[in-house]
Amino acid sequence: MTVKAVVLTGFGINCDNETHRAFCRAGADASRVHLNDLIEHLELLDQAHILAIPGGFSFGDHIASGKVLANRLRHKLGGPLERFVAGGKLVIGICNGFQVMVKMGLLPLFDGAFTQEVTLAWNNTCRFENRWVHLGTAPDTACVWLKDIEQLPLPVRHGEGKFIARDGAVLQRLLDNHQVALRYIRPDGTAAAGEFPYNPNGAADDIAGICDPSGRIFGLMPHPEGFQDRENHPEWTRLPLQAEGAGLQVFRNAVEFARKEL
Amino acid sequence: MPTHRIEVAMKRDLPDPAGEALCARVQEDLEIRVESARVIDVYTLNAALSEEELERVRAELFTDPIIQDSAVDRSLAFDYDCLVEVGFLPGVTDNVGRSALEGVQDTLGRNLAPGEGVYKSTAYALSGVDRETASRVASGLLANELIEQFVVKTEAEMKTLDGTPLLALPVVTQQSDATVGEIALDLSDAELVALSRDRMLALDLEEMRVIRDYYARPEMRASREKAGLPAAPTDIELEILAQTWSEHCKHKIFNALIAYEDETGHRQIDSLFKTYIKGVTDEVAKRVPWLVSVFEDNAGIIQFDGAHVFALKAETHNSPSALDPYGGAMTGIVGVNRDVLGAGLGFQCIFNTDVFCVGSPFYTGEIPPRLQHPKRVLRGVHSGVRDGGNQSGIPDLNGAIVFHERFLGKPLVFCGTGGISPAVVGGKPVSEKAARPGDVIVMTGGRIGKDGIHGATFSSEALHEGSPATAVQIGDPITQKKMADFLLEARDLGLYTCITDDGAGGLSSSIGEMARKPGGAAVHLDKAPLKYAGLAPWEIFLSEAQERMTLAVPPDCLDGFMDLARRREVEATALGEFTNTGRLECYFEGSLIAALDMDFLHDGLPRMHLEARLESVQAAPELLLPGDANDLTSDLLAVLGSLNVCSKESFVRMYDHEVLGQSVLKQFQGIRHEGPGDAGVIKPVSGSERGLAVSCGICPKYSDLDAYAMAACAVDEAVRNLVAVGAGLGNIAGLDNFCWPDPVQSASTPDGRHKLAQLVRSCEALYDVCLAYDIPLISGKDSMKNDYRIGDTKISIPPTLLFTAVAMLEDVRKVVSMDVKGAGHAVYVLGETGDEMGGSEYLALRGQSGANAPQVSPLSARALYERLHRAVNAGLVASCHDVSDGGLGVALAESAFAGGYGMTVTLSPLGVENGVIAVFSESQSRFVVTVRPEHTAAFEATLDGSPWYRVGETSLEPVLRVICGDGKMLNAELSVLRDAWKNTLDW
Repeated sequence: MTVKAVVLTGFGINCDNETHRAFCRAGADASRVHLNDLIEHLELLDQAHILAIPGGFSFGDHIASGKVLANRLRHKLGGPLERFVAGGKLVIGICNGFQVMVKMGLLPLFDGAFTQEVTLAWNNTCRFENRWVHLGTAPDTACVWLKDIEQLPLPVRHGEGKFIARDGAVLQRLLDNHQVALRYIRPDGTAAAGEFPYNPNGAADDIAGICDPSGRIFGLMPHPEGFQDRENHPEWTRLPLQAEGAGLQVFRNAVEFARKEL
Repeated sequence: MPTHRIEVAMKRDLPDPAGEALCARVQEDLEIRVESARVIDVYTLNAALSEEELERVRAELFTDPIIQDSAVDRSLAFDYDCLVEVGFLPGVTDNVGRSALEGVQDTLGRNLAPGEGVYKSTAYALSGVDRETASRVASGLLANELIEQFVVKTEAEMKTLDGTPLLALPVVTQQSDATVGEIALDLSDAELVALSRDRMLALDLEEMRVIRDYYARPEMRASREKAGLPAAPTDIELEILAQTWSEHCKHKIFNALIAYEDETGHRQIDSLFKTYIKGVTDEVAKRVPWLVSVFEDNAGIIQFDGAHVFALKAETHNSPSALDPYGGAMTGIVGVNRDVLGAGLGFQCIFNTDVFCVGSPFYTGEIPPRLQHPKRVLRGVHSGVRDGGNQSGIPDLNGAIVFHERFLGKPLVFCGTGGISPAVVGGKPVSEKAARPGDVIVMTGGRIGKDGIHGATFSSEALHEGSPATAVQIGDPITQKKMADFLLEARDLGLYTCITDDGAGGLSSSIGEMARKPGGAAVHLDKAPLKYAGLAPWEIFLSEAQERMTLAVPPDCLDGFMDLARRREVEATALGEFTNTGRLECYFEGSLIAALDMDFLHDGLPRMHLEARLESVQAAPELLLPGDANDLTSDLLAVLGSLNVCSKESFVRMYDHEVLGQSVLKQFQGIRHEGPGDAGVIKPVSGSERGLAVSCGICPKYSDLDAYAMAACAVDEAVRNLVAVGAGLGNIAGLDNFCWPDPVQSASTPDGRHKLAQLVRSCEALYDVCLAYDIPLISGKDSMKNDYRIGDTKISIPPTLLFTAVAMLEDVRKVVSMDVKGAGHAVYVLGETGDEMGGSEYLALRGQSGANAPQVSPLSARALYERLHRAVNAGLVASCHDVSDGGLGVALAESAFAGGYGMTVTLSPLGVENGVIAVFSESQSRFVVTVRPEHTAAFEATLDGSPWYRVGETSLEPVLRVICGDGKMLNAELSVLRDAWKNTLDW
């Protein structure tokens, strides 16, 4: 079966090229589709198995990061997206895409409802920063995108990535549902425990990514599409690394899952 | 029209990090204590909305319910003394306001009516300050009054807040103005000069006379009468000529005939550009096969591989950045992006470079009128480049921040961009473009306002009291990103024949240039989309409003082009057509208002004749203070912490380094990702290991001593940065950006002859070194009036050449980083160390300049670079770092702490007795290299014939120990060295 992935573009999205490349390398039939074309041709979404909302600065991050694009998706593509999700299909939002997802309520998707329960606020440093972080997969996570991945290094490149839940109950519910997917850790594998720069933004419980209860809808601040080749890693000249970057496995997992399950 | 105010702020019980950061900044920059600050986003909705609609947009669009509170027509500020609200002045681009408008329309499911709008402002609730102090905070930090307005309110005054805006709505309310003036030129010389000055034409007397005489010709008068034009030039004609003939656009000084004189004799130089810049490129072109298009297009174009071409351009945006650092620098970066987007038929931008030259951020003296403190300038230009680059999705790959006291007078902001394209698109070579008669002139992107009028002529003058605020523009990266995405799609569909960006000179420049090939153009200026009414026709044609490109679209492609633009929400407007009439014609509401012969417009400019005379430099005698007895440790720590050496990480980390996923070597390397890399490396073609390395060289500190050395060192620095990562000569292209103080002798520039002679010497150096290294110059730019002159104060920048270099790498898997890789590795110094302390950081810390600026020996350097390249290619080099500012001690320390291994080094093999010289001299063409023990024999054999010195070994113990021939030594833990290097600018 051909797994079709739609990678969203337009309005300041800017990681669409490498996200598209990652899905192609993972074996998907991937295409970059402008948001307006997707709205005009809903069949493109209906025919796809995976939707990716890549990183970038949609609408300049004006008002708040991801907010204006989230608003547009909700108003212009809300119904089709609900259908897409209800069909058990896969969605990934990376960085700005994650911000879009939480602000339109596509995550955490408690009880299937598009309600905003969490947010990504300004980093504690109040700065946009580009740095590599160490990440650990939550051992009990439902996230299908992280299958067989225990740890991986990835770049973060954001100003608003501090994960905050509405309250303690929401955070507990995320934990109980196995929706916490990815955490910032220290290089030795222990918890970052909020310490900068291991936790680069001050995220609650070191959370870097969450998924919906089914594990098929995944959002994260770090950029797995930014580590497709060994040479992307900042220490590749001094470390024994595989030729393939560790980030690519995230996309392989999704394509494999879609091929088997959809 | 009713207005409503929506306020959004962090919830009361949550901390406000932006407010906390603001308090710290106010304390640091203004030495004012603010007890606490909270930041409130304010959206003023000037639209007929129902209460229900207002509530809906407040809740759904403007508020993050997890962390924010919001209110309609009510203040959220609490426990404060004064509130400062800052918003834009009328006509200034309000990017957030525009996105908010789109969000409101999405939420309501309907478009707002024409004239309705959303405007963004920001309120700061400050406690612990009175009204007068709050005003000082506002004008000193929060607002740039050139583009922003502010108001201060006390808590009591805020109690009466309703929907009425605190600030005037930033709306331009002018009537449309179709007036076309006539300007009589039948004037005396003095009157011609006054006219040029008063209208900001920046034309000299000779040029004004040529224009006067052109209009006075009998056949001219006859043809104008026939066309219905007045005998005298219309205002728009004169403005077009002034813009086209500006120094900025025509590079008059670089094309001048120069009578040069120095102690060795006289000679005449027939155009610096032709003699040296094009001259060296023509020579090197005989030896490198990859030049595609040089000096002809918006950017230089070279062949990258069999299927791809690469474009490179760098520009300066100095004058706008002096007035508005943030907006000036942002338009610098997004502007140079458009140069690459408009090179050939269009290239995708794949990296940015940025170099800032500013005064010391720790400057404590008087700031002359209209200038800003260097710290504020640095923060502003950095933020502008950061936002412009990040929001455009283009990674920052390389750059520098250079400090010199005379950059107080004018900061230099260099922005560069590289782009890639398939060599062939739609069956046509992408590097070839030509508008044809009959092609439709289409403008895409943003709308036209009064912003940036006279930018081309303004940047051709010193900064003075009358420098216009309208010369400032604010960039809108998202509008440009949408346009760039759209244009690359249109390119691949073959929907246009020519494209160029609207930069300096606006439509006048872009259409004027594009009309050369077809041989004319007819433009209908009343069709141009405007931000607001009130622009005279000449202002429409000259405006430098941002985010615009001009294209030539064949009539049969017009529908397809316009349809794609609509679907991508990019504004595109047909303004006329290209012709073969031999004239540039402008119409307004059907009437002809300008008709200029293309020949006169482009070739009528009289040539400048200039004099240059090199004065010998009276250098201060060199003093080598012995420092702290025999121990040079504290000297090295001081040099590591000096402004031109210290880490710039806190700035660079805020740039996205790796969007597009092509990154191979980043700015920071080693175990903690903090060691300073020599060149950025990317692999731009998916699935291919072929790469590009990018670096820069800039050495204004040597200018006063020896302008030839300044330029030679800049080229060498850029090249050795490339060689350090593994590049080979013969695969390197260069780009020159000259920034000079006015080099034309006059009453206000009594040393103009010397400054011009320095320019000649720099060009000679550029020629000599590039020729030796086989480097063609593929593009470049000059900025020649970098002086500040108000009242009795004149500050001229040190003559500065930025050399940007790019190398094509066969296989990125072979590149080398600068960090030491292990213990027990041999440490080598490559290249000769000499007594070249002039301009060194070591002497600068002692307030001295010294005498001997470093000299480049290009032939021996070339041999070394070739051998080092072979060694890297053979996998013999574990780490390699270039030796530059600060000298050998700095390079050793950086390599060691980046890798986390110590070093024990003996410098006596270098043959330099004096330890101060050995450690701190800034001799060129040198490297610190480490080699694994199993590779030392092969490495030494490969380097044989060039100067190499095995000076020591790396160790597990994290300590750097250096012993010099005369017994001087230094000894420091790596963490101490690293902290000294990192702390100075750790903002």
